[in-house]
Formats: sequence, C-alpha cells, structure tokens
Amino acid sequence: MNQEIFKDDWELIVGLEVHVELATQTKLFCGCLNQFGSEPNTNVCPVCLGLPGSLPVVNETAVYFAMRLGRALRCSVNRSVFARKNYFYPDMPKDYQISQYDLPTNLDGYLELPTGESIGIERAHIEEDTGKTTHIGTSGRISGSDYSLVDYNRAGIPLIEIVSKPEIRTIEQAKAYVSELRGIILALEISDAKMEEGSIRVDANVSVREIGEDNLRTRCEIKNVNSLKSLGRAIEYEANRHISLYGNGESPKQETRHWDEDAGRTRSGRSKEDAEDYRYFTEPDLVPLNPSKEIITKIDQEMPELPSERRGKLANLNGVKLNDVALLVERNHDAFALDAIKGGGEPEQVVKHLVNNLSDGLGELTTEALAQLVQMENKSEITSTQAKKMLGELVLRGGIPSDLATELGFEAVSVKDLENLVDQLINEHTNEWERFCSGDTKVQGFFVGQVMKSTSGQADGKAINKILNERSTNK
Amino acid sequence: MSGRVPEKYQSASEIADLVTTREISAVEILDRYLNQINEHEEDVHAFNLVTINEARAAAKETDRLIVEGEKPGPLAGVPVAIKDNLCTKGIPTTASSKILEGWKPPYDATVVKKLKEAGATIVGKTNLDEFAMGSSTENSAFGPTRNPHDLSCVPGGSSGGSAAAVAAGFAPIAIGSDTGGSIRQPAALCGVVGVKPTYGGVSRYGLLAFASSLDQVGPFATSVKDAAIVHEVIGGYDPLDSTSIKQASNSFVQVIDEGVNKLKVGIISELMGGIDGITHEVIEQTNKAVSALSDAGAQVEEVSLPAALYCLSAYYLIAPAEASSNLSRYDGVRYGLRVDGANLKEMNVNTRTEGFGDEVKRRIMLGTYALSAGYYDAYYGKALKVRRLLAENFADLYKDYDVLLSPTSPCTAFKLGAKVNDPMTMYVNDVCTIPSNLVGHPAISIPFGSGKDGMPIGVQILAPPMKESVMYQAARTLEQASQ
Repeated sequence: MNQEIFKDDWELIVGLEVHVELATQTKLFCGCLNQFGSEPNTNVCPVCLGLPGSLPVVNETAVYFAMRLGRALRCSVNRSVFARKNYFYPDMPKDYQISQYDLPTNLDGYLELPTGESIGIERAHIEEDTGKTTHIGTSGRISGSDYSLVDYNRAGIPLIEIVSKPEIRTIEQAKAYVSELRGIILALEISDAKMEEGSIRVDANVSVREIGEDNLRTRCEIKNVNSLKSLGRAIEYEANRHISLYGNGESPKQETRHWDEDAGRTRSGRSKEDAEDYRYFTEPDLVPLNPSKEIITKIDQEMPELPSERRGKLANLNGVKLNDVALLVERNHDAFALDAIKGGGEPEQVVKHLVNNLSDGLGELTTEALAQLVQMENKSEITSTQAKKMLGELVLRGGIPSDLATELGFEAVSVKDLENLVDQLINEHTNEWERFCSGDTKVQGFFVGQVMKSTSGQADGKAINKILNERSTNK
Repeated sequence: MSGRVPEKYQSASEIADLVTTREISAVEILDRYLNQINEHEEDVHAFNLVTINEARAAAKETDRLIVEGEKPGPLAGVPVAIKDNLCTKGIPTTASSKILEGWKPPYDATVVKKLKEAGATIVGKTNLDEFAMGSSTENSAFGPTRNPHDLSCVPGGSSGGSAAAVAAGFAPIAIGSDTGGSIRQPAALCGVVGVKPTYGGVSRYGLLAFASSLDQVGPFATSVKDAAIVHEVIGGYDPLDSTSIKQASNSFVQVIDEGVNKLKVGIISELMGGIDGITHEVIEQTNKAVSALSDAGAQVEEVSLPAALYCLSAYYLIAPAEASSNLSRYDGVRYGLRVDGANLKEMNVNTRTEGFGDEVKRRIMLGTYALSAGYYDAYYGKALKVRRLLAENFADLYKDYDVLLSPTSPCTAFKLGAKVNDPMTMYVNDVCTIPSNLVGHPAISIPFGSGKDGMPIGVQILAPPMKESVMYQAARTLEQASQ
C-alpha cells in the first residue's frame, strides 16, 4: 500500500463485485438477440419486456458459460436455484430481477494474481441485466430530469456476478484482480470483456481498519467505476474519506456511493432511510439447475489454458521478470516467446524484445527469425540498435535476420578490428587517455564517438567500453 | 336453450361431431350460444367482453376448413369462453383490474393457441375476481358475476365468470385458472364440472400470474368427458413454460369408462367435520358420493391428512408473497393505467393506488410483509415447511389409496355481499381446495346433488400427480350415479 496515502497505520480492505455480460447469441430467458448497439427497443419480446403472462426459459449456453467460469475460478459448481430480487425501477421490466441468492451456481474459489498471491472468490452467480435509462434534462440524473427514456435491449442479457472475498489489500491488487479476471474471461471466450462498453462492470466494497485489527469495519459500495484507472482512484478516495472520518471521531455509514470521475470523488447514492429490502425468494417460474458430474468433468477437460498456467511456463526461465511475463500473456505473445526460446533464443532477450520492441504487433516476424536475431545479438554480430532496426523490418516484411543484416550492411565490426581502432586512438590522443585513466568518465564518450565515426556507427558501444576498460586496467 | 340454466346441456364432443360431419355449421352453433348470451348475459354478467366478430370469423374459418376436407380438430366449432386473465392476441386482457386498462396482449396464451388449433371458437373473456384473488367474483373492477341458478347468489370465484358462462349455457366449455380452488369452487357453486390439472400439466404461458407456484389452468364443462377432452387439448409439454412437465401423458378419455372397481378411495376426515362453516347438507351429499363409489365396487375408507389443518394459513402467506412480486410490474411505466405524479415514485404509487382494488392491495401488503427481512423465516419460511409436510402426508396416503375424496366447498353459493366485508370468512371457502394447489396435485369437482335451497353441491376427487386418468374414472362414476 502507498504509504503517502494511507498514513497512520491504516489497512485497506477491498472486496470486488464484477458483473460480466456473457457473449451468448440470445438473452438469458428469451430468444431475443444479445447485441450491443442496436436501435433502442428492437431486441425485445414479451418475455424480456416482462409483459403480463410471459415466462422465462433459461438459456443453456449462458449456464454453461457460467459453469466454465466457475471452474476456471476453482469454484465448486453446485445445484443452484434462481431467486427474485424485488425492487421498483423503470429499467427493470418486471420490477424484480431474476438472480441467484442462497444457492448460486458457483461457490468458493480463488483467483491467482500474476504476483502469485491469490484472492478468494465467494461466489459467481447468474443473473439478468436491466434495461438502460437515459435521463433527459440538465441534471443527467433521474431527479430533476425532464423525462427519461428506457431502452430494453439490454434487459435480460445474461450476466455473471463474481463476488470476491474482502481479501484485497492494495489498489494494485484490485487492479490486477480485475485484469486477471478479464484475462480468464477472454481465454474462456465467454464475453468480449470491454470495460468501456460496459460488458465488464466493477463495484468496489471499500473499508479500512487499523493494522492488527481483526474485525471488518463498515464498508461502502462504490459504483460507476468505468476503468481500471478510476477503480484505483475511487478506492483511494474512499479509503481516505473513511480514514479522515475516523480521525474526526466519526464513522462512515454503510451505503452505496457513486464515483464521479470528473470531480474525482464518491457521492452518496441512496440514503439509509431508503435502504432496500429486496425480499429475495425462490423464482417459482424456473426450476433448479442441476449440473451432472459428466458436464463438470467435460468442462474441466475442455478448459483452455488459463493466464496463470501460461505465465507459469515462462516465469521460471532464466532472467525473465514476472511483470514482463504478465504483459506477454495479456498481449497473447507468450506462445510466440516460448517458440522463439525453443528455437534457441536466449529467454531474457526474447522476452525483452517482445515486451519493449514488439508492443505494436508481430506482423511478419516468425519465431525462428526472433530466435536467430537474439543469437546474432549475443554473438555481437549485430548491435542492440541494429537489432531494433532489424525487428522493425522483420515485422514489416518478414525474412531471415542474417540476410537482412547483409542487406542493411549491418556487419558488426569484429572485436579484433575494434581493439586496433581503440589502440590507435589511445596513441593519437594521449592527453585524453591520461584523463580517462585517472577516472574522468567524461572523455569516455569521446573515444566511443570516435570509434563510431570511423565504423559508420556499426560498432557495438558496449564492446568499445569493454576494451577501453581493459586497456586502462592493464596500463 | 332459453332458460337461464338450460334443462339439458349439449356436450362439446357432440357439437364437434356434428360440425365435423357438417350436420350443422360452426357458425350456426355459435349463433345459438350468442342468442343465449344475448338473452341472459345482462343478468349474469359472466363476460368482460364477448368477442362476437372474432368468434364469427373463427367459426367461418372452421366451416371453410371442413368444406375443404381438412381435419378441423377435436373441438371443431365448440364455443369456448376464456377467463380474462389469459392472454388473447389483440383482444383486451384485463384480469378484471383497472390497472390493465387498454392493454391488448401481442400474443396468445399457449392454452388459447391450442384451443384455436383444435378448432374451438373463442367467444369472449370471462369475469373474475381481480387478478384471480377471491372466491366470489365480487372483487372485479367491472362488477360481480351472478350465479345463474339464483341471481342473488355469487357464482364462486375467482373463475366465477367461466363457471357461470358454462352453467348458463353461454358456452359448453370455459377455461379458468385455479390457484387455491378458483376453478373447482365456482364449478361446485354453479353446478358444473371443473378441473385443476397437475401443476405443470398445462402450460401457464400467457396466464397473468397470481401465485406462480400454485397457478394452474384448467377446463369447465358440463360433463366429465368434455372436461377430459379439453384437458387433452390444452395439456402437454410447452417449451415456453419451464415448469411444464416433459413426459405429460394426455390420454384420459380413452379410459374414462373403466369404472372404480377395486379402486381404493380415502375420505379426508379433516375436510369433513370440524371445518368452520361446513354445512350439514354438504357433508350429507359427500357421504352419498362415498356410497355411490362404494356401490360401484370401490373400497372406501376414512383417512387422515393432518397437515390439512395448516393449509389455509400456509396458502395465505405463500400466495400473497408470490403475488406481491408478480404484480410489481403493474407500475404505470410500460402499459395499462398510468396516473401521473410529481415524480417517478409518486406516479408508481398513484397508478397502483388507483389501479388495484382493496383485495389485491391487501394481498400485496400481506405478501410484502411475509417476505420482509426479519419476518421471512417466521412467515414465508414456515409456510414452505407446511407445504413440505403436506406433500409427505399426501405421499403417505397415496401409498395405500388411488384417489381421495372431499367436499369441494364447505357450503353452497352464498348471497352477494354476504362475505365481502370479512376476508377471513371468504378465505375459509377454499379450505378443501387449497391442499391440491400447495402440492401441485390434480383435483376435480363434480356436481353431486343440491342443497335445500336448490343450489348445486360439488364433490371433489383428488389424485396423485399425473394420475388424472384414475381421477376422471372416479369422477365419471360419480357423475353417472348422480344422474
């Protein structure tokens, strides 16, 4: 945790509730298209409009997706029951939301962060999305608006809500949790997982306590967080708000608060007086979901490789940094890296090139080419600057590095030639050489520059430095 | 037909035969029933809407199909009245509530669709207690229905309009819904046959929900066989209803005359004596029914269903709880009545205050309370336990007995206004019918004699889930004995 912010030995406690829109063809309880960006109220029918007499029929693919996510999060997949969450709001056609309550599909799992830490998952349940309300008028909110428009295209789109345990202790962990979850969802291909389009929505339950304290203090639920960056800012703001309340002898009240991105603060949503009693009860229009052992076995067998396993394959290799591995997996470049390493490329350099020089894509580059390029670099046949230039060309038009080096005239100057050049310079510039030997590092640049000049920049700077140092030590 | 209660009813199966063989046209049949409606509907008020034009068009279409040699279906030309809580495409569906003012469903309920496919002629939408909440059809926003046998009496409820329509010869068949007895009790009070099928045996798709785990759609008819024929038509698996039973076996008519010889029948003692307000004549007629079954070769014994004593209490927690949620959608936002207010919440409140009647409000409040945090376990949770206990009681009995028997209603039709101010007295009317809903089992009410006042008395046969065949056999035996 950032010490500048959380002074006075306060500990941050965060639990995240992440809603993910599933990329099924149709909605959760009817045959309407699950599609983002259609004309308002075109993907609707009696069921998702909640017309009198209509009944829900559960989408089996959505359930299958939910169970796959459950297994990926190491949850137990159980007999589950849909429940109604009752409250009035115009974007909810039935004025109740079909969700799951005491018997969710997935229970008790965990998610492993790139750092190796794991965060407990309490549950991951299935529920339907609501419609989308637009308030027309200057306020932009329902109170004070001239009128409001509701688009029910989103009503009934399948969601999974993943509820973490309150085990997140830093802002970095919170962010890493969401991006790891996103990585898993993408690996499973169950959602397009776009935070900016709302297909992943994150609510943060934030509280603080003094270090050493065992009990959890009052938490606030922060909504309307639309990016990882806002997630961090919102948590930070809210934790500091709690700390200063406690500092003044007050305490926060349990409530829902909205993150205001422009103002950089959270604002109280509903007041305590209006606290909702959702009156959950079993949804009588649906029957329990009872997944067979065979289905769960099949899900496990067909599980794609998850980010943590993919990271594991690279993380143990010599000289490779965890952060870089996480980045490669996120960019889907990990398999490429592994192939290049298998083809003879030094792990450290293969990863370094992929992370630093290939973030815009691999283009025509092959794993063999990358392996060869790294080898040439290691043998000092090319310099790192040349390697970088060559990578650019290889991405653009492919090809074999050795041929390309010839074509570009990137014949590295041999060590013998470099030594000759350096010795000649020492003889010609005795004053500068004396200064160098007495520790004046400023003249180092002079010698390197001269060598570069006479080799038209093809010499390896590092190699020159090495020779200079050898000569001065042996003087 | 001409009297308010015809001396003899023409059966639906006979009508279908005559229409199919072109001895009479569907249009002619329809006109006969429309005449009867014309003559007596003003007194009875069985309908919220008589759909004359649509009915005539449907009858003509049936006749055309027959002329062209196509198979018209088992209900060819049979007029059918539909309870006004079942969706009919393009035709107002009100649940006898002001809150649905002007709403026309864009789709047919599965039951309505199946009836149309079977060649039936839909003649109109029948009155009911608002959202099927009541036992007298007095809780209708459009005025009460009257019992054709005595206009000063109620027809029972909530499907009072459907029961009265069949009793008055407005239609040989009507469809109702039964959540706690809403088909069987009015059938008993109006002297017709009424069936509540096994839960899941008939699709609920398109039925405006009152209490989803209890609601079931079923037929009214003037004979057991007609009821069975219609049951076969409307029953069966519907992919649009998740609670619909997949292996629904639907052949009742074929075995209806197999009798009750060697059948074991249990008389539920808790539902005979000891019920508040049960009349001597009802007990007497039920005992006569017992003798009739016994004479026909059945082995009849008195049995105990202990949980029956708690059913009424459990029902009046479970049904209102589900109703409080089911009726939330009537909020003035999307369809039906909207009464404006200064803001959204006020609009919701104003709409519901004006749109719902007293009984509906009473049950929404009851149900909301029963589900509230802190009260759930004591009320709703406990009611669910009674439900499980009752299911065990029934299961035990059905190990030894094929069917059970009880009165349908503790008394004959009462006077209009007699019980409207005392909800508890009204609720007790359903004491014999509620147990079947709580466990989802089928039951039928058959007219069996009448009281001193000449008003019909009904007897109820209960059967295990999906065992309607044996239920119809026993009912058919009683029907024959009563004639």
